[in-house]
This record gives sequence, C-alpha cells and structure tokens, in this order.
Amino acid sequence: MAVITMTINDELVSGVEGQSLLSLIREQGIELPTLCHLEGLEARGGCRLCLVEMQSTQRLLPACTTTAQEGMSIQTHSERLVRYRRMILELLFAERNHVCAVCVMNGRCELQDEAAKIGMDHVRYDYLVPELPMDATHDKFAIDHNRCILCTRCVSVCDSVEGAHTWDVMGRGVNSRVITDLNQPWGSSRSCTSCGKCVQVCPTGALANKGSTVAEMVKRHDFLQWILDGREKKQWVMHNGGSEGRR
Amino acid sequence: MKRSDLQAMARRELDRQQATRCRLLCCASTPCLSSGAATVQQALEQAVTDNKLDAEVVVVSTGCMGPCSRGPMVTVQLAGQEDTYYENVTPESARQIVAEHVMANQPVADKIMPSDLPFFAKQHKIVLANSGVIDPERLEDYVARDGYAALAHALREMTPEEVCAEISKSGLRGRGGAGYPTGLKWDLVRKAPGEKKYVIANGDEGDPGAYMDRTLMESDPHRLLEGMAIAGYAVGAEQGFLYVRGEYPIAAKRLEKAIRTAERRGLLGSRVLESSFSFRIDIRIGAGAFVCGEETALMASIMGRRGQPTPRPPYPAQSGLWECPTLINNVETFGNIVPIIAHGADWFASVGTAKSKGSKIFALAGKVNTTGLIEVPMGITLREVIDDIGGGVADGFSFKAAQTGGPSGGCIPAEHLDTPMDYESLRALGAIMGSGGLIVMDNASCMPDVAKFFMEFCTDESCGKCVPCRVGTVQMHRILERITNGSAAPADLQILQDLCTMVQETSLCGLGQSAPNPVLSTLRFYREEYEAHIQRHECPAGVCKMTEAPTLELVEALPRRIRELGTIPMSLA
Repeated sequence: MAVITMTINDELVSGVEGQSLLSLIREQGIELPTLCHLEGLEARGGCRLCLVEMQSTQRLLPACTTTAQEGMSIQTHSERLVRYRRMILELLFAERNHVCAVCVMNGRCELQDEAAKIGMDHVRYDYLVPELPMDATHDKFAIDHNRCILCTRCVSVCDSVEGAHTWDVMGRGVNSRVITDLNQPWGSSRSCTSCGKCVQVCPTGALANKGSTVAEMVKRHDFLQWILDGREKKQWVMHNGGSEGRR
Repeated sequence: MKRSDLQAMARRELDRQQATRCRLLCCASTPCLSSGAATVQQALEQAVTDNKLDAEVVVVSTGCMGPCSRGPMVTVQLAGQEDTYYENVTPESARQIVAEHVMANQPVADKIMPSDLPFFAKQHKIVLANSGVIDPERLEDYVARDGYAALAHALREMTPEEVCAEISKSGLRGRGGAGYPTGLKWDLVRKAPGEKKYVIANGDEGDPGAYMDRTLMESDPHRLLEGMAIAGYAVGAEQGFLYVRGEYPIAAKRLEKAIRTAERRGLLGSRVLESSFSFRIDIRIGAGAFVCGEETALMASIMGRRGQPTPRPPYPAQSGLWECPTLINNVETFGNIVPIIAHGADWFASVGTAKSKGSKIFALAGKVNTTGLIEVPMGITLREVIDDIGGGVADGFSFKAAQTGGPSGGCIPAEHLDTPMDYESLRALGAIMGSGGLIVMDNASCMPDVAKFFMEFCTDESCGKCVPCRVGTVQMHRILERITNGSAAPADLQILQDLCTMVQETSLCGLGQSAPNPVLSTLRFYREEYEAHIQRHECPAGVCKMTEAPTLELVEALPRRIRELGTIPMSLA
C-alpha cells in the first residue's frame, strides 16, 4: 500500500492511499463531528458536519466521502467551518422536537454532545414543531420520530450489516420519515429480525429500548466493529472488554 | 438498412412531398394542443376531404413552431410560395384557410402572423431546425431532411476519437445549465476504463415555466436518438437511457414510437446501419421529483433506487450507472450533435461568442407581448430578446426584471438589459443560463414575493438527504413569508443572508447549492424592496397583503424608545 502525504491544519501528515479523509483526520487526534457517518457503515455525506475546507479552492468537501490524496491541504476548523457547523446543528434542533429534558438519551446523545461542544446556547431559527407520531408496536424497541435527525444509520445498518432492509425512507425534504417495511407498524414487520442494531447505531433518542426512561438509554457502537472484524478477519474480539457503553 | 437504403428513402419521401401542391402544417405540441389544435387539425382534414382536395393537399401534424401564446398555429406551404403562418386558428378559420387560401390563393388576412416579424428574423434555428416542419411521428419526414445521415457518416468515416475531437472543436457546452464542455466530457467517458458504458439523455426538465426539452422531444424525437447513437459510438457504449419527466406523456409516447420505428429499420438496436456498432435506447419515466434532474439522483432513479444525489467525485464519467463509466448530457445538448457532425465544427463555432458557441433555446414567458419557444444565437442581448423577439412589455407597464434559470437562477434588472446572453456574463450577474427558462416581469411584480415563490418550490423539491437544503430552505422560506406578510424583524434580513451563503456552500448537490440564488440576486438588485417591507411595512409593488403586525425587536427598540421619549412609556411602566 502506497503512503501519501498531505497537510491538515498546516501540519504535514501521512496516510495510506485510498483512505478516507475523515479517518486520516481522526487518526491525528483531531475531533470532527459526524452525525450521519459511523465507522463501519457506508459513508453518506448527508449531515454536512464533517465538511473541511480545501486550501487551494476554498471549496468545502465532506471528509467522510472524500478520499485523501497526495498533496491535499485542508483546514478542519476554520472560522467559517465552525460557524456553519453551529448553524447546521441549530437547523437540526429547530427541525423536530428535541426536548432533552424528557429524552431517554439525555446526557449520552450525540446531537446534544455536538451542540454542547460547539457552544450552541440558543437557536436563532423558528422551531418548526411538527406533529410526529411514535411507534411502540415492537416488543422490544420504540421509535420516536420527534427525535429523528434522518441520518439513516438505521437504514444503512439494517441493509448492509443485518441484511434485512426493514428500514427505509419515505417522503422528501422536511417531510421525510424513516419507515419500517412499507410504512407498516414496526411490530407487524415481517422482515425485522429484532436484532436491535438500528437502536444501537441511532445517534439520538429516536430509537430506544422499550422500558428505558429519561436519560437511561445506553447505546453501544462497538458491536459494529466486532461483527465486521468477525466477518472479514474471522476474529471475534471485543475491543473494550465488551462491558462499556458509549462514553 | 444500409446507407444507400437511407438515401433512397429520403429521395422517395422528397418526391412524394413535391408531388403535393400544398402542405398544411398544424402544430401538435402540448401548448397548441391545450388551446385546441386537435379540433383545428380535424377541421382542416374535414375541409380538405369535403372539397375533394385529398390528392393535392396534405395535412401534417408537426412539432412546435414557436409563438406558443398565439396558438394554435397553422403553416400553409404552397408550392412555389413562401410559407404563411396563421395564429389563433379556430375550426372556423381553418375551413376559411382551406377555402380561401388553398383553393382561391387569397390568404386570410386577419389571422396571418407576418413572417418578417423580429420574432422569426432574430432567431437562429440549429436544434429546432426541423421543429414545426416535420411530422415527429414519421421517420420518413426526418430522413428526408438528412436524418440519420450524420450517424451514417460518423460510423463509416470517423473514428470515435475523431467524433469526440469534432465535438470538442465545436466548442459545444452542456445545455443543462452548468455549461461543462461537452467534447471534454465525451473524451473522459471514452478514455475511462471499463467493458460496459452507458449514455443517458436527461429529459427531466423541471424549472417552472420551462419547456425546451419537452418541445424538442415532442417535435423532433429522431434527432435526439441519432445524437445519442453518435454519442454511444464515440464513447463506446451500447446502451442508452432516455430519462423523460413523468409529466410529459406526449413526449414519452413519441419517443417510444420513434425508438421502435428506428429499431425496425435497423437505425438502432444491433448492428446499426449494418455496421459493427450496436446501440439500444430505453426510456425511463420519472415520477415527478425535481431533484432527479440532478445527474447522480437521476442515475439512482434509473437504477430503481430512491432519487437522491450522491456526493461527487466520483463523477459519472468515472463511475455512473452500476459503477460503469456513464455519459450524461441534457436533451438539448444531444440535439446539437447531429448539426455539428453534419455541417462541421467550424460551421457551429461561427455562431455565438468566444466562449459560448452555437445557439440556445429559451422558453420566453411572462409579461411580453409574444411568449413562446425561441432559439437564439449565444451572445444576443436580453434587450433584443425581450423587445424584438418578445415584442416588448405590454403597454402601460414597464420592464422590471428577467428571471433566468428558474429556481436555481436569478433576476436581471433593467440596467443590465444589454448583457450578452452567455454562460459567463449571466453568472457574473448572479443568474445562470440554466436550462433555458426566461420569465419577464413588469413593475407589478414584487421581488421578495418572487423569491418566496422559488424558495417554496425548493422546499417542496428538496430530497431531504442533507441538512442545509432540507431544513435551511424551510427556514429561508419562513423568513420570506414573514417579510411578505409584514411580520419580519430587522434582524431577519441578516439571518436570511447568512442562511443563503451557508446553504449555498454546504449543500450536497446542485439543488441546495443553487436554491438561495433567487434570494441572493433579488437582494443584490432590489434590496430596497426588502427594506421597504421590513422597515416601512409596505410592499412597493402592491402585491403583498402585509396582514400581520410587525414583530418589534424589544431588546433594540425599547432603549431607543426610552431615549426618544425621555421616560419609560406608560404602557410599559
């Protein structure tokens, strides 16, 4: 494998040819938020939080879907990028009813974390307060569309890792919604294997175990790497001892 | 079918046409059909039969003749005479035309549209050369006008490299709006490694008020098929897809018929014109999503997936349909291929400006006297288009703005009317060439209201994949809603402007990246209108109802009021 050299935030770094910009940036210990991308799932480029600035053209490119190339020079935290990230987070908070105080993921939510990290203390846009339903027909899990940020990690993991493709998206624009089967109640879904992978990868409180109440839900992402390593390398090893949840 | 068979077919058809004394051309494209062209054609046919003229007069249903607002249009072609155009033809006047013009050689004066009008004189028809002249459903009509000769020429006398080089030399640029050099794109696909390659014609035209692609598909379907086949030969593809918007049933029907006829005659399918080149074309009908005009979303739709864009790179030329190199061009771009191959790149490059060659079709709409479909040389000024071709703005009104490029474009004010219409000049004004929508607005239009209209369109059409476009357009629309109903606060203008730049720079695909253009361009040229709405609470054009009370910015307004009054107002004390 060929080695490439490029510049991140004015520092020379080296990586492997074909590596995504996001993984190279994170290898340097630089924190870059991603709400749609999750290591192990196919890169999507939808949340636009991992946008980085090309020094040569000033163009913004999503780090998750861009391949690192020899001689590239990028900035990850320019004033413009930080301003845009905050605006995007504000837009997400305004889109649906993200009321942390009554959310099962309060304190462990990725959306909440990113907002706190960037110092988002208020939302300057109108709250759209849509009236969205919940679906608690499944035995073990429930979905609350009010918390969904349409990252479609659930769709991706269900299709590519579990192979069930229970989840998909219907509608478009701000009226999009994730659905099970052909918009049937989750509990009546015949394709759902009740594996719970969708629940574990969901960044917010949209998908949760039934029975968890405010701030009780703990999600684990490490299972994803465990399955992928097992499949590809035939090594079934849990990297962090298997006991820890996220954080 | 061989090349000689093609030439024989052309000769036969020309002989047949010359044997008839008179051809009555009746427009059968959507605008004329919707104003009653079908009954006009019936009346013409009936009148011909009643007067026992069947042997010497033929009635032909053709494609678009141009002046759509004056439809139904009928053209009378009498042997040895100039064509006569009739406008607003009714069944009665159709019978009159047959009785007086065809039989007695006395043109019906009050229905004639003079052919020396600037509407016709200032146009330069390259792509629409056959439109309104041939019957789109008859292959013979197309072949009689040298149809499929360019394909035969390319297959026999040119290598794929030479075809690409010819297109590059002509300076043709993508007619979908962005203006990427077509020859360069073809060459990229030709050189891309891969066994299987595809050609796609993008006919998912969605801009409000634009119908260039529809007209081309309805009026001259074979030209499009021939252009695609030449492209297939040049890039090494054996399969083409024609993506037609679902709202265009007539276009889809005519294309379907054209494909079947061409396949039966060996002009498409396996061993085209008895050469070693095979090329199949299939039609895919869209399901009504504007975003599917974006190339990556369009390809997802062809593959049967949800019509959502994916980040580029990889570009379709490297990895498109089923990860194979794919050439995707607009329908109008393919319409330019045949004339370039037939007449040569130098001939084509002699029309237009230094950087924008050839002609462009515009759908001229709005407050001008003659609206319709026009094809003008690149570099013509907006003033010529509006005043000469369009016949100027209606009496009693004055020109205010010309909107090009639909929801991705911008508004051009009166002081820039002398701007040449080419890719670079329009972009410098914050508008775009776009696919060719051109809406003229007079002083009865309110610019924030226009911006709101286009933003509402983008809100509906956003696919929902990326956050800036999905939620940003909704927030921008809400601010515009507040501005036009009178409840906007002074700070809203800055929030709107910040959102515009953010959505432009961070959105995933062209839809989101260009969605703020109508707002930004109206803010640039008509900022005082926005300010009048917000600060003076009035709509200068008198369009907006301004029914809501203004939202006071208490934090800013209160200290100012206290300073002004020297005391705390009683109502707040």
